[in-house]
Amino acid sequence: MGTATLNPISELSKDEILRYSRHLIMPEVGMEGQLKLKKAKVLCIGAGGLGSPLTLYLAAAGVGRLGIVDFDVVDFTNLQRQVIHGTADVGKSKLASARASLREINPNVEVVGFETRLTSENALQLFEGFDIIVDGTDNFPTRYLVNDACVLLGKPNVYGSIFRFEGQASVFYARQGPCYRCLYPEPPPPGLVPSCAEGGVLGVLPGIVGCIQAMETIKLIIGQGQTLIGRLLVFDALGVKFRELKLRKNPDCPVCGTHPTITKLIDYEQFCGIRGEEQTSVMVGIPEITPREVKKMMDEKQPFVLIDVREPHEFQICRIPGSTLIPLGEVPKRMHELDSAGEIVVHCRSGQRSARAVEFLMKAGFRKIYNLKGGILAWSDQVDPSVPKY
Amino acid sequence: MAVKIMIPTPLRQYVGKKDQVEVEAKTVAEALSRLASEYGELRRHLYNQEGKLRSFVNIYLGDEDIRFLQKEQTPLKENDVLSIVPSIAGGTALRRVGA
Repeated sequence: MGTATLNPISELSKDEILRYSRHLIMPEVGMEGQLKLKKAKVLCIGAGGLGSPLTLYLAAAGVGRLGIVDFDVVDFTNLQRQVIHGTADVGKSKLASARASLREINPNVEVVGFETRLTSENALQLFEGFDIIVDGTDNFPTRYLVNDACVLLGKPNVYGSIFRFEGQASVFYARQGPCYRCLYPEPPPPGLVPSCAEGGVLGVLPGIVGCIQAMETIKLIIGQGQTLIGRLLVFDALGVKFRELKLRKNPDCPVCGTHPTITKLIDYEQFCGIRGEEQTSVMVGIPEITPREVKKMMDEKQPFVLIDVREPHEFQICRIPGSTLIPLGEVPKRMHELDSAGEIVVHCRSGQRSARAVEFLMKAGFRKIYNLKGGILAWSDQVDPSVPKY
Repeated sequence: MAVKIMIPTPLRQYVGKKDQVEVEAKTVAEALSRLASEYGELRRHLYNQEGKLRSFVNIYLGDEDIRFLQKEQTPLKENDVLSIVPSIAGGTALRRVGA
């Protein structure tokens, strides 16, 4: 982002001058700022909920080179918040879909796509060619990876994170302030990360947080205002409250502290305990039954009870006929409603929560109890496609 | 001392959907312990099995992180405001997205 402003007129075309005129007439941006934007190279990790508004606004603002890392494919559940993708894009790669949208918004922007999973092996090399990294990911391992790679390369990391109605934003720039590990030295164990029953996100929330990230990125590029370096912005969408908290550099931070112990990228899934979780979540020894087998039992009128351990609001979306709703959290106090000697099939959305219910009930003495493999999603795939998936 | 504890949206389900809870306490430790006794379900989200405050749940007194004050021994004054700020990542536990 140098100072090549000696002959600025030759660097923006007439069309560009018209396109960016509302920037150019503000002294805080002006020709100098607009040229900085044009020379800037920004890498966005993810073209999803945060990445959508982020890349749309950065492209519109005239950021010269916009990199995007994503290997996912657009699906219908993305459309509620990932506004860079449209209905006709379902099934396409997010990268191709994002590229088409961005080209339509501003053909002057060079979009560089990396259709790959960001890993400890490729992160440093990918980041190398960019000035600013913007974190639009949705999981802890990638967040720690992005942070550490930015610290090691001395690049600013524009952070945004969302969950249901909660948003956070900051700028982690270890050369000038704290990093993500100074804020959160460790991720939550996977068991405490809310399950699909408690997940979800209000669609407009990533729009708000992603726009804040875009704004911070532009401020870093043009060198105006006070960025969120050293501050954490916390947004409560339910109460419409923005709060600001102080972030301090932790001198003992393992990656940006005075005596760092992390000097190269590590295995972030292991760091976040994901591998161990995967092993336990398989839950060896939980008896399973397939949707087709359950359908056969129904057709043959075999006596059994079908328990749905999802939440009431999920039961309203869809259900398997004849099922009884006992949300997972109520299983302990309502298990007396069930006959421990009778045959019981337990299901949820995808089979994780019901596995926990089966495990609990087996410990409580239930013997003829089975987990519906793949949950109601598999039921929809294999038995009754009229049951909507969500 | 009556102090206010601001509850972040992901944890409100454990405190009867309230956005803030008032407790009587002289220190941060006491305030959080009162909160966890009043709302039992919240306990495992604040403390680990050894009863220590979890490292991904930050506590702020006003706008200052208690780790840079006197940690849980930080004294409280009447009308102080504590905030619980858990780390959030976007709702996917596994690395599903390429990002």
